[in-house]
Amino acid sequence: MSRVRVLVGTRKGAFTLTSDGKREKWDVSGPFLGGWEIYHLKGSPVDPNRLYASQSSGWFGQQIQRSNDGGKTWEPVGNKFLYDGVPGTHQWYDGTPHPWEFKRVWHLEPSLNDPDTVYAGVEDAAMFRTTDGGQNWQELSGLRGHGSGPHWAPGAGGMCLHTILIDPKRPDRMFIAISAAGAFRTDDGGKTWRPINQGLRSEHIPDPTAEVGHCVHRIAMHPSRPGVLFMQKHWDVMRSDDAGDSWREVSGNLPSDFGFPIDVHAHEPETVYVVPIKSDSEHYPPEGKLRVYRSRTGGNEWEALTKGLPQSDCYVNVLRDAMAVDSLDSCGVYFGTTGGQVYASANAGDSWTPIVRDLPAVVSVEVQTLP
Amino acid sequence: MIRVELPAHLRTLASVNGEVMLEIEGRATQRSVLDALEARFPMLKGAIRDHVTQVRRPFLRFFACQEDLSHESPDAPLPVEVATGKEPFLIIGAIAGG
Repeated sequence: MSRVRVLVGTRKGAFTLTSDGKREKWDVSGPFLGGWEIYHLKGSPVDPNRLYASQSSGWFGQQIQRSNDGGKTWEPVGNKFLYDGVPGTHQWYDGTPHPWEFKRVWHLEPSLNDPDTVYAGVEDAAMFRTTDGGQNWQELSGLRGHGSGPHWAPGAGGMCLHTILIDPKRPDRMFIAISAAGAFRTDDGGKTWRPINQGLRSEHIPDPTAEVGHCVHRIAMHPSRPGVLFMQKHWDVMRSDDAGDSWREVSGNLPSDFGFPIDVHAHEPETVYVVPIKSDSEHYPPEGKLRVYRSRTGGNEWEALTKGLPQSDCYVNVLRDAMAVDSLDSCGVYFGTTGGQVYASANAGDSWTPIVRDLPAVVSVEVQTLP
Repeated sequence: MIRVELPAHLRTLASVNGEVMLEIEGRATQRSVLDALEARFPMLKGAIRDHVTQVRRPFLRFFACQEDLSHESPDAPLPVEVATGKEPFLIIGAIAGG
């Protein structure tokens, strides 16, 4: 019988939550790497026991940890993230030039076919790659070097490269997203990149339809249909049917088109999940009701999923990397909150139960479906 | 033999309990002690001082013999009590944050 392992990164360590395919009873393990911020951890698709974790601290900087036993034990690997050449400047919050400075790794995306190859999205925004299991990291500097870097600016969380999607049908094609620069695509394995933000509209920047400068919070795809992308932008939920060449808004009837995560059902490429959040800056659920919204039509028509979720006095946030789906039948959906809850639905969102309620603030959630 | 005391999170990272004992060739300075420490525990590279500039990370301090050595030259000799192992070289994390 299949099993699932949920990988949870929090402000104070990593946790693993495991269950059988029924997803009713859970074992909670951790904290691992206790006391450190774990922005993200993720397993290799070809070796599920090979996990990578981004561990960071304001005192001691960045570490990368690797596990070869599904998260039971960890070993530090390479933590040297050096920008290629002269880093140059990006825009600071006030529009003045600010030097590029490495701060932390936000997202780790293991290769689809090699457990030793991993891509890292970092703050200040850049992409790195290791091909030796995390010992050494090299920047894919074509991203920063393509020309628009001096116009990128940080969002409230920093100028982070937070999303990396690898096209399973064309491994040299990848999509990334940066707050606040926008989405970019490479078709040659990361050597060259181009912004893919046509159709985005952001009223808080001088030119609302600029080529770069958009605060993209997250993008998602279904692996069977990698040319279709869904985006949760700072405001607006967007959709592209041409691999990002153009976007159209599909916010429809959402109570707020602001939010952070977005994900796609494992077996239904037109079923999409978001968590609407109130903004400016409040960043908690509208009306104190924690609701996941699901569209079965690829956007525009959304239904609130509330069963099992708090529907009063709830003021947590759900961060951009804190939602994931498993590939069981029926599809499991998971998300973590800044209040330390990890909620699971074993029926595609129809009902929810908390796996745990009192972890440190959850930063990231990933799920592995295991044989 | 030089005695080095690490903050708790770096002891965990390096998988050590208590003080670290280091043999130093030549004069005992901050630089020679940290070079020896990082050679023995490569995971500490970048965690105490910057990979490239070798500048001390801002939330860390170096103390010994009840003195703050954080702003001394990295090539200045450490107190004789540290060089002889009578007193430890302390790497201290700032008491800050939640």
